[in-house]
Amino acid sequence: MDMRSVETELRNLMLAGLDGDAAAHISLLRRLSAYLRGYFKGQLARSGGSPADAEDLVQETLIAIHTRRDTYDRSELFTPWLHAIARYRLIDYLRRGKTAAREVPSEEAEEVLANDDTAAIESRLDLAKLMGRLSPKARQAIEFVKLNGLSVNEAAARSGMSPSAVKVSVHRGLRALSLLVGQRSGS
Amino acid sequence: MKTDELIEMLGTNLEPVKAGQLRSTLMIALAIGSAAVLCLAFAVFGAPADALRGGHLGLKMLALAFTLGLAAAGASFLARAARPGEPGRMPLILIGLLFLCIVAAAGLELILAPPAARAGMLFGPQWAACLICIPLFAAVPFGALIFALRKGAPTGLMRAGAIAGLVGGALGAAAFAIHRSADPVAFVALWYGGPIVLCAIIGGILGPRLLRW
Repeated sequence: MDMRSVETELRNLMLAGLDGDAAAHISLLRRLSAYLRGYFKGQLARSGGSPADAEDLVQETLIAIHTRRDTYDRSELFTPWLHAIARYRLIDYLRRGKTAAREVPSEEAEEVLANDDTAAIESRLDLAKLMGRLSPKARQAIEFVKLNGLSVNEAAARSGMSPSAVKVSVHRGLRALSLLVGQRSGS
Repeated sequence: MKTDELIEMLGTNLEPVKAGQLRSTLMIALAIGSAAVLCLAFAVFGAPADALRGGHLGLKMLALAFTLGLAAAGASFLARAARPGEPGRMPLILIGLLFLCIVAAAGLELILAPPAARAGMLFGPQWAACLICIPLFAAVPFGALIFALRKGAPTGLMRAGAIAGLVGGALGAAAFAIHRSADPVAFVALWYGGPIVLCAIIGGILGPRLLRW
């Protein structure tokens, strides 16, 4: 498939996801996970990274894409946005890793879509452990809304928070989670 | 954790995203930062008694145009730099041109001035006040802008920090300029421009620490 039609498809899924279409959002993240896996495996091969490193990075980047999706400008192309995030996460990963800080050679944005790799393995991320380091409020909100699938109103009724406070807690919690993921391999 | 499980979790109860949130966050930060630095300058220097009087109004307007122009160009760059990807170069070119203009005007002014007066124009009264006050004032809008940028996802952290520093410095200098009697252009170029550049450098150094995500 040529890059242009991939760009169009991904962008349409992204736009639908931004409007609240969960199925589109999930199918976007699934497709991106394969592209990201191919991209990170290729990049890490040069610095001696393992497939497990690549999977960690894929998940980190998916969380970043999800929690920072409000930074996507609907009028712009999707691929450069995706590439900028993937590359940022890769450089951050290499800098905090055991290997000395290393620059990633500059490349075209399409590079991020060059390889499609669906061979998922389990990452070393332990969600339960990471969740344990969130504030109790954020942890509970994510458990209710994101893991148990309660609606925001149900979660609000159970936790005694207002619905908007639940939404804010989920959002902040997921962002905090992505920071924790980042710190994990740094320490 | 399996990647598929993570994706399921992220997609559960998806909230729609409002467009333009990030831009308005930045604008609000800019407005609050500007208002706060104006109040700070007011608290330090009192009411600007001769704010809009005196024969050198033109010179004062020039200092304000220079600093506010820098702040506007920098702010338009920040709106793009807060998002992942390559921001355009247009605002940076504009910033460079503004500096070029003020330096050229300062040079012209010095050449036309009698040689004996030149040193006095460059090292006018209270040049040290500029050097101290502008970076101190700059911290207020800089803080507000960093807070807003952290809501986004900048990928060039040093660049975003430097521009936030420049905008902070420019707003600090503007607030300072309101309370000054008219300064020669050469003085503005050196003692306003210099501290603004200093703020940009400090911002660039702090950027990777403050903006990392």
